[in-house]
Amino acid sequence: MKPNSQDKTPNLPAGKANQALTKVPASTTIPEAKSRKNISIKVFGVGGAGGNMVEQMIKSGFSEVSFAVFNTDAESLENSSATQKLRLESKLLRGLGTGGDPDLGRAAAEEHLPELKALCEKTDVVFIVAGLGGGTATGAAPVAAKVAKEAGALVLGFVTLPFDCEGVRRQRQAQEGLEQLKAAADGVICLPNQKVFKLIDENTSLIDTFKITNDLLADGVRGIWQLLTRTGLIDIHFADLCAVLRGRHTESSFAAAEAMGANRSREVMEKMLAHPMFEGGQMLNEAEAVLVSLMGGPDLTMAEVNRVMEQINRQCENAQVIMGAAVDPAFKDRLSVTVVATRPSLPEKSPAATDDVEADERTPAPSKNRPGLESQFLSPSLTGRPASRFVAPPPELTSEKREQLLEQQATTLGRQRKKSSRMRQGQLSLEIISKGRFDKSEPTIHKGEDLDVPTYIRRGVALN
Amino acid sequence: MFEPASLIVGLEIGTSKICAAVGEINAAGAVNLIGLGQSRSRGVRKGEIADAPLAEEDVRNAIVEAEQMADVEIRSVYLGVTGGHIRGFNNRGVHPVVSADREIAEEDVQDVIKNAKAINLPAQNHVVHAIRQHFLVDGQDGIENPVGMFGARVEVDVHVVHGNFNRLQNPIRTVKSLQLEVEAIVFNGLASALALLTPEQKELGALVIDIGGGTTDYAVYADGTIKHTGVLAIGGDHVSNDLAYGLKVPLGRAEQLKIEHGAALLDSACGVSVSGRAALGAGVTPQAESIKGKTITLSNELGLTLKTINLEHLRRIMSLRLEEIFQLIGQDLEQAGLLDYLRSGIFVCGGGSRIPQIEKLGEKVFELPVSLGKASSISGLKSALDQPEFATAIGLVKYGSFIQHQKKSGRASLTDGIKTTLSQIFRLG
Repeated sequence: MKPNSQDKTPNLPAGKANQALTKVPASTTIPEAKSRKNISIKVFGVGGAGGNMVEQMIKSGFSEVSFAVFNTDAESLENSSATQKLRLESKLLRGLGTGGDPDLGRAAAEEHLPELKALCEKTDVVFIVAGLGGGTATGAAPVAAKVAKEAGALVLGFVTLPFDCEGVRRQRQAQEGLEQLKAAADGVICLPNQKVFKLIDENTSLIDTFKITNDLLADGVRGIWQLLTRTGLIDIHFADLCAVLRGRHTESSFAAAEAMGANRSREVMEKMLAHPMFEGGQMLNEAEAVLVSLMGGPDLTMAEVNRVMEQINRQCENAQVIMGAAVDPAFKDRLSVTVVATRPSLPEKSPAATDDVEADERTPAPSKNRPGLESQFLSPSLTGRPASRFVAPPPELTSEKREQLLEQQATTLGRQRKKSSRMRQGQLSLEIISKGRFDKSEPTIHKGEDLDVPTYIRRGVALN
Repeated sequence: MFEPASLIVGLEIGTSKICAAVGEINAAGAVNLIGLGQSRSRGVRKGEIADAPLAEEDVRNAIVEAEQMADVEIRSVYLGVTGGHIRGFNNRGVHPVVSADREIAEEDVQDVIKNAKAINLPAQNHVVHAIRQHFLVDGQDGIENPVGMFGARVEVDVHVVHGNFNRLQNPIRTVKSLQLEVEAIVFNGLASALALLTPEQKELGALVIDIGGGTTDYAVYADGTIKHTGVLAIGGDHVSNDLAYGLKVPLGRAEQLKIEHGAALLDSACGVSVSGRAALGAGVTPQAESIKGKTITLSNELGLTLKTINLEHLRRIMSLRLEEIFQLIGQDLEQAGLLDYLRSGIFVCGGGSRIPQIEKLGEKVFELPVSLGKASSISGLKSALDQPEFATAIGLVKYGSFIQHQKKSGRASLTDGIKTTLSQIFRLG
């Protein structure tokens, strides 16, 4: 790797890994993989930074994951050790890079749609790692995400946003790219590089800094990969992950913590709450959906699981929490907790998001105590899933039927529906009651009741 | 004349009445009420301004009256705010102690409070109050000041009162257009509680219900700190409106009927002006009489009978509405798990507390002792202090005195070179 190319993370001796990170040691993280299902996972590194991140992941030893890198720049492709490489060359580029123009990156990727499609075949999960803000990644990553999704894979983006010091234009480009990627992918886990400042001390070298961000993302990919592939005592299904990420098109945050010894369940939560990615637990407070995965040795006790979950539930009272716990002999005496927290989506929706019909239809949030529900509708059976999940929207009838089924099954749904029907009733009420003085002021609605209407009328007390 | 700092003015722009209270801090630091101004309010609905020019005029009248009475010039006010958009909730902030020796420093305390204030509010909402309750160190509850303690994690509970930013701006704008400064905005329920409750009552636990014209504000104190606040956008206006609708009389007449014949319970001892029908011939006894069949005769200016109204209906309509207000508050507190903490009982104030037998109705609903609140711990115009309508304005003055006190002590100790971080954190005892 050449230090003077757009390379951000030259190789470092492994010992230099940052101590501040609660990182899983690479040697032990991947014990004899006991893949539960044959989920095929692919990691796409897009652009220069994406390529570097992939490089680092390969080095930290992922098994059963295939890597592919895309770049417009031939040089950095050559240096990559990924098995599949795709050079996004284009006439527009005339053999050069994109020069920081996302439009060029997008155009180049669109010229290579068939190749991209071929890469996505028979893949269940695609991780797209990229550093947004430049030309290639910002433009090509959303294209790659779209292609992968059309091929039927669950697409998760793991992206970094530029440092503040990299300039406003780059930030804006990155934001635009992020929006597009959010619209195209099922979920985006996003790491603003600026946050890394909290992890490093004053004297950290530039090289180390980029290495840390790459490590963090690699941790993220690894965490999710573990969630999916490891046999759990309390399983996290592929569908659970979908429930947290899919259709939200929003930013997720991610943190992993690990502790050893007798007090591990307490320590691990302390680390988790102190994790800079969660802004001191703040992220959990704001989270809309939270996915928790615990991983421990055979000595993992229920009480420990309970202690951790109690803490998490207290932190995020309003969130939908999905948990899983797995046991791995290699984790003897260790407890590792991985949390993916999704912030509520912003009200405005990027126009590109409209093509995701299925996600929009899925209005009710699957409740925790009905674990079968979301898998019933969301999880395509993992073996015989049609390749065109997203391309052909389900027929009208199915959605109605789904509504019906949901109505029958979900108790939480019942409440929602009741509310809406009550609202309707208020408008269609036959007896029109004048509210006198309050006719034109904002109604005082309390639990669906208009309190401006005289109490005796609402209570049906007759005055003769 | 007075130094501006020693003069504190509380202004409540209420739905039925605008009230300005002028307090002065004497040399000993105690607050003395020296003036009151009030004016009928016409431009306010449900605690929020609906007609700005009218409201402005009314506020001016109240301020002028207060200025004349206290013989001062009012430059700034503490403004009470209310409205159905205001919400109160408790939030907990968490902060891990990162220093090597795990000793909790001032900075940790600052950070944890900052965390607790950073709440996920809708963008258009604005925090009116963030009042610190208690600290927790490593899960140990009830810590007043954690600085210097050892621990791995500090948490703090705060009570946050927030409301829609634009709607909070409306009364501020009205006041500013009169060339008056707004020192701070204060939630009315909180101000009323400050006026009525003694420190002992706050410690024991008390609920203050301020039944105003357009809103009913309430606040719960327990263990010396504020635990809960809320607003119901229902008040005396609703009672009048119900009566107008139910008895089929004009609104003004309904209000008059409410004041003259109203009561919170059906059977009452206050049927003074009930004109019993001759046929019944029961005679009007002031003691517990049955109102069954009693009627009120409405006459026009010539003395001709317009309409007769069944007193029972009037009372029933009123009683149901007031009962509902109490029930809604009761439900809210039950949800918050606070009903068991009200060991010193419930205090009512505001114009609504003038309704005969409102205490009895409250006792029936809450099954707790209910009494009329009296403004305490402030001296001055005795007649005003006993009036339940002035509780909010007086509370605003008291709130102002807290702030002034904090500012002063902050300034003084800064010059003394003493660390003041804690005293500067806004706190209401």
